Amino acid sequence: MAKQKRNMSLVKVPMPEQDPNVRNKNFFEVASGYTPEMAMEEALRCLQCKHKPCVGGCPVNVRIPEFIAKVAEGDFKEAYEIITSTNNLPAVCGRVCPQESQCEQRCVRAIKGEPVAIGRLERFVADWYMENVDKAIPEIVKNGHKVAVVGSGPAGLTCAGDLAKLGYDVTIYEAFHVPGGVLMYGIPEFRLPKKLVQAEIQGLRDIGVHIETNMVIGRIQSLEELVVDENYEAIFIGTGAGLPTFMRIEGENLNEVYSANEFLTRINLMRAYDWPNAKTPINIGKRVAVIGGGNVAMDAARSAKRLGAEHVYIIYRRSEEELPARAEEVHHAKEEGIEFMLLNNPVRIVDDGRGWVKGIELVKMELGEPDESGRRRPQAIPGSEHIVDLESVIIAIGQSPNPLIKDTTPDLECASWGGIIVDEASMKTSKDGVYAGGDAVTGAATVILAMGAGKTAAKSIDEYIKAKHA
Amino acid sequence: MYKILSKRRLNSETCEMEIESKLIARKAKPGQFIIFRVDDDSERIPLTIAGTDPERNAVRIIFQMVGEGTMRLGELEVGDAILDFVGPLGKPSHLDEYKGKRVAVIGGGLGAAIAYPQAAYLHKIGAQVDMIVGFRNQDIIILEDEMKAASDRLFIITDDGSNGRKGFVTNVLQELLDEGTEYDAVIAVGPLVMMRAVAELTRPLEIPTLVSMNTIMVDGTGMCGCCRVTVGGETKFACVDGPDFDGHLVDFEEAIRRSGLFKKQEQEAKEEHICRLTGGKR
Repeated sequence: MAKQKRNMSLVKVPMPEQDPNVRNKNFFEVASGYTPEMAMEEALRCLQCKHKPCVGGCPVNVRIPEFIAKVAEGDFKEAYEIITSTNNLPAVCGRVCPQESQCEQRCVRAIKGEPVAIGRLERFVADWYMENVDKAIPEIVKNGHKVAVVGSGPAGLTCAGDLAKLGYDVTIYEAFHVPGGVLMYGIPEFRLPKKLVQAEIQGLRDIGVHIETNMVIGRIQSLEELVVDENYEAIFIGTGAGLPTFMRIEGENLNEVYSANEFLTRINLMRAYDWPNAKTPINIGKRVAVIGGGNVAMDAARSAKRLGAEHVYIIYRRSEEELPARAEEVHHAKEEGIEFMLLNNPVRIVDDGRGWVKGIELVKMELGEPDESGRRRPQAIPGSEHIVDLESVIIAIGQSPNPLIKDTTPDLECASWGGIIVDEASMKTSKDGVYAGGDAVTGAATVILAMGAGKTAAKSIDEYIKAKHA
Repeated sequence: MYKILSKRRLNSETCEMEIESKLIARKAKPGQFIIFRVDDDSERIPLTIAGTDPERNAVRIIFQMVGEGTMRLGELEVGDAILDFVGPLGKPSHLDEYKGKRVAVIGGGLGAAIAYPQAAYLHKIGAQVDMIVGFRNQDIIILEDEMKAASDRLFIITDDGSNGRKGFVTNVLQELLDEGTEYDAVIAVGPLVMMRAVAELTRPLEIPTLVSMNTIMVDGTGMCGCCRVTVGGETKFACVDGPDFDGHLVDFEEAIRRSGLFKKQEQEAKEEHICRLTGGKR
């Protein structure tokens, strides 16, 4: 192989994006991805460090320098095989992982200039493979052991994929009518096209994973019944953090106050943006407030804008520095015209007299001493209350685990806030043969951390079942 | 896909179907509901389970063809199948505690179909059941024989008096109370205004009154909070905390207002659907 010349540019090869003023009116993907030439050029920025710091920053240990070397050579197929040896969902991860605080944060190139665009390259490889390769379905020798996975979000899909590759007979139970969990109902089409999510899930079906939709475990069958009636030898719970948090302020049940979960589910899963072709409706005012400063708040705000809202305000009680959303999401939101009302906290939602939202009363905040989270504690400035006129409010201040499994499984130990308690090294719960991971354990976190937990659990389940039959 | 096993028109706008689902047929209890979708463009629509026949894997639903989704469902025939059918959702009604007690089960319109399985269950476990049901007129009275068999006494009343008895379910309940009937509990299922009227009637008498909140829902599993209801000053989710609540604690004002959230879209979707069926003629 001819030695290629290293690309010493301090900045990443830019990724083409739709113009902000065009994309804030449609639901197509914001960024269109690298061309093969761009990908090869960017791949040459990788120094191929011997100690691979980037890999240590990846919760699923993608063999990053190895796949990037193959991209540089133009061997995209091999690059895909390398990625998927540890990651079942590369098209998803390449788009929604917070690379800036994981692999890319540890990249040696970031010491001076921008890190290698690992996320963009992963995305490119996954997309290229989907478009260009007719996947050969691998022959997997079944080992005859059955495992159930509850929930088909990132944690469940990863756990199922890893176990299927080891020969297990895996069935995923999903409460909704399509699999994917938060990848389908939560993350908007313009950040993560649903057709890609379904294509990656098809990849799991191809290696033998069964998926049963419309199955609300806890109601239709208990964990106990899965073991006794269906003969599963182990169960993984990846039921996510689906319970919306409300603020408990006056006016919260007025018409047109939505939880971010409801708002995003109507739009993403039920395609309310395509109403009346898709039959699920949504109302959106000309002026919309989104309460909260995380990624979910950014997704809700950008979706509201795309539905035609003229003014969309992010209302957050701390300052820009403390916004929990990824910098990239905040940047995209600002480009698209989202207005930030920082250091403001809602006091009540104002009734128009007929039960619909007319406005929101806010109080201005200032930052005091750091609290236990290390962030400066916001405190209200007395007398600074003011009313902003608007017609819709979306509450995006967090989600906690859905209590359905907990409530129907008496011997499953959970924390007081609802998270399932596990041994972190193995993801084992208090119930024999039952493992858990992802947001159901940690509370709302990231896709990739959930995938990491699914992976760890798959390994533990394999060891557990093998030990039982040894 | 979930097969339609049987279909029966109960009146001009109400239809009964049995849908095939082995697990739901085995698991469902009175008071629980399902969510269905006809095809991939459909909304998720909740319907109360009206009964089951586990031997035939049959789940019985009764619905009014009033919106786009229920009209589409009503157009299907035996042998057709629908894309999604999920359940049983919600908490079962607490009925066992009324064994040997006297209960008034009240249904309004379609609510009669939802109240019927509760009455049947109570009757079976040995409660004394008075069933009071109201309809707009005589032509739309449904399930008369079934309700008669599921109760000790059945009272049917119509808004217009066309069945010979004019008034509302609350009139009948008032009469029975005036006669000195003492109820251990009242169960009311039907339009929000009817349930509110029943709750207001029983409140001063302190008769425990259960109502069934048929709210707008998306997922039905506690995820979206669209179905929130204020009960005793606290926000509850009808899909997981209910659908049954203490009628004396429910904020009906708010519930009535929230039920109108998508009225405009519901109307438009329905009109468009009728238009497609009839080629524009109404």
